[in-house]
Amino acid sequence: MRSLWIGGALAGAFALAALVSFVWTPWDPAAIDIAAKLRPPSATHWLGADHFGRDVFSMMMVGARVSIAVALVAVGIGMGLGVPLGLAAAAARGSLLDEAIMRGNDLVFAFPALLIAIMITAVFGPSAVNAIIAIGIFNVPVFARLARGGALALWQREFVLAARVAGKGRARISVEHVLPNLASLLIVQGTIQFSLGVLAEAGLSYVGLGAQPPTPSWGRMLAESQTMISFAPWLAIFPGLAIVLTVLGLNLMGDGLRDLLDPRVRRARA
Amino acid sequence: MNLLAVEDLSVEIGGAPVLRRVSLALEPGETLGVIGESGSGKSMTALAIMGLLPRSARASGRALLGEVDLLARTEAEMCAIRGRDVGMIFQEPMTALNPLQTIGDQVAETVRVHRRASRAEAQGVARLTLERVGLPQARFPLDRFPHELSGGQRQRVGIAMAIALRPRLLIADEPTTALDVTTQAAILDLLRRLVAEDGMGLMLITHDLAVVAETASRVAVMTAGEVVERGATREVLRAPRHPYTRTLLAAAADRPMRLPRIARTPLLKVEGVTRDYPGARRGLFGRETPTRAVRNVSFTLHAGESLGLVGESGCGKSTLTRAVLGLDALQGGRIVLDGEEIRAGEAMARELRARIQAVFQDPYGSFDPRWRVGRLVAEPFHVVDDAPGGEARTQAVAAALEAVGLAASDAGRFIHEFSGGQRQRIAIARALIIRPKLIVLDEAVSALDVRVRAQILDLLDGLSTRYGLSYLFISHDLHVVRAVTDRVLVMRAGEIVEAGPTERVFSRPTHPYTRELLAATPVLEMAG
Repeated sequence: MRSLWIGGALAGAFALAALVSFVWTPWDPAAIDIAAKLRPPSATHWLGADHFGRDVFSMMMVGARVSIAVALVAVGIGMGLGVPLGLAAAAARGSLLDEAIMRGNDLVFAFPALLIAIMITAVFGPSAVNAIIAIGIFNVPVFARLARGGALALWQREFVLAARVAGKGRARISVEHVLPNLASLLIVQGTIQFSLGVLAEAGLSYVGLGAQPPTPSWGRMLAESQTMISFAPWLAIFPGLAIVLTVLGLNLMGDGLRDLLDPRVRRARA
Repeated sequence: MNLLAVEDLSVEIGGAPVLRRVSLALEPGETLGVIGESGSGKSMTALAIMGLLPRSARASGRALLGEVDLLARTEAEMCAIRGRDVGMIFQEPMTALNPLQTIGDQVAETVRVHRRASRAEAQGVARLTLERVGLPQARFPLDRFPHELSGGQRQRVGIAMAIALRPRLLIADEPTTALDVTTQAAILDLLRRLVAEDGMGLMLITHDLAVVAETASRVAVMTAGEVVERGATREVLRAPRHPYTRTLLAAAADRPMRLPRIARTPLLKVEGVTRDYPGARRGLFGRETPTRAVRNVSFTLHAGESLGLVGESGCGKSTLTRAVLGLDALQGGRIVLDGEEIRAGEAMARELRARIQAVFQDPYGSFDPRWRVGRLVAEPFHVVDDAPGGEARTQAVAAALEAVGLAASDAGRFIHEFSGGQRQRIAIARALIIRPKLIVLDEAVSALDVRVRAQILDLLDGLSTRYGLSYLFISHDLHVVRAVTDRVLVMRAGEIVEAGPTERVFSRPTHPYTRELLAATPVLEMAG
């Protein structure tokens, strides 16, 4: 239970920063102020300023927005496509459709994720939207496999048999009986994929394939600070810390949620 | 001199008492039957003796094995006693063995934990023990894995693990509940033989009075954590003193007054039905030859009749049931319900589907845990074209719940709030709500305690008269089938080997397999 609170607090803090950034940031994250160039953390620039004199704290707040948006939509794509595919595969177990869906998943899984993401952005041009699509595609097989595995077990249960005796079709049973019983599994996997999405977005931005300047992003802040790390370490430390803490927070939250939602674990604790 | 003397054993879990001053005694070479329904504390007593109580449990009293008080031992001392002095056999042979270890290693493990034996010596003991439990070298070498054995054979391995070191006390917790009757008879024979050979004390925990009647010399009857009656088996079963024992015995012997019905209108006609399962996949597109689960089966069920279908696990009765329910396609023959042919799956006409409903075995698995009872019971309305909605539907659900002896207000509750027997009532309400002509009862009372089972059987009998229902009653339990059916079919290896009026088949069986089944079934009258 403690991991849920710590994880939730960490992830929540970054989500809050992202939301606040819509209405307020300490400085304009795009405003260049050569006088403040490379200023270390102080009362005016809480986390220092970069080589253009932009406020690091403000940039990180907006960066959180980009990270969270990209990861959220990517998980949404993964669930939106993967779960129906997995349910369909389980409902038509052993059929040609099942084979086609699962072998298609294997195909996507066989490629290193980041490499394909780089290829997509290389073909369609670097942008936040293309990053979302690239990360989203790799979430599809994760959710499809999870949904199929869980659904196969549920299809063996007698309440599904009872629904079939009541004349319900496979699609209807999938939606009414199978999906609700898979929900906790999917929510937990969702948080974990969300943290991986944040990491992937940072990676893509780092190589310049994510959100384009002047939109700030954690990954690009890291990339730009690289040459200055010896004399302006705060430029690398704070975005790096933000990535680590967000991912850690989301993973802890996923663990905590699993314990909370899994009746077997809940009973063992009682 | 007692081998085991349990004195005033009380156990609390989280402040709630689960055992109250339980006292039992067992002599060497004797079998003590501990009888009780689920939740009576019989398994908890065994766990307390073994020192395997859950960590939150608090035990008081004494459990003397010879001179040693097992309750006062530390965990390290208990580890030395378990397996060496006390062996235990569990209910579920499918899960009591490690699927990744050979049977030889698992039996040898008991030896190696307690004696400084070399691998070869331990394997030698394992070999001897497996011979003793009826698993000869030729057919069951030590390097067999559990999945290569049948349920009965696995239970023999479990017994071998328990007796490898010739313990003084053997505790068997529902050792035959998961097994077929013929297998059960063989396992009980084996236990009796081992007790006689080794002079062990056997504590046989079971809910089945007939098993105790045939095996135990003395019994203790438990309910709500207390021993309410104890004594020689013959006396307790012939002249029970405690009211609880009396209701238990009455329930076990219960036979609803079923007047044989004269029914001549065929309702369900099964004609030459054959069902295959596709073979295992070989390569990308190839398959092994299919397995034939049901071969050329034909029978007729008349309107208003209750027809039994008996057979052991794997005989094809469940496959046949699924075909009758229109869930699986046939490979041959046809099934006609009320003049219309049943076609499998979604192609089955809704209106035909509405005439047949089912109640399944598992009271815990047959309901979606996320739905409320009202919605669960109303689910079959899906198949009815002019299904009532809104207030009328609520009324229909209430009526169905009341018909099975529950309250209308139960519709708002979730399924986990109900006991096993109540859940089976809800399952019956669900089958009943659209007024089908035929209800298929697939092992519908097998998971229930005797008293609850008797109530459910009475309920089914009443409902069939009231609503003119026909039943197809599938069960492995011959007692139950005898009590509630008009005619019976005996199935073996995918074929029906005998069919006829229930009383005739049970009193004058013609097929050797039917005779074997009947002989294997333990009966209460065997006591003494």
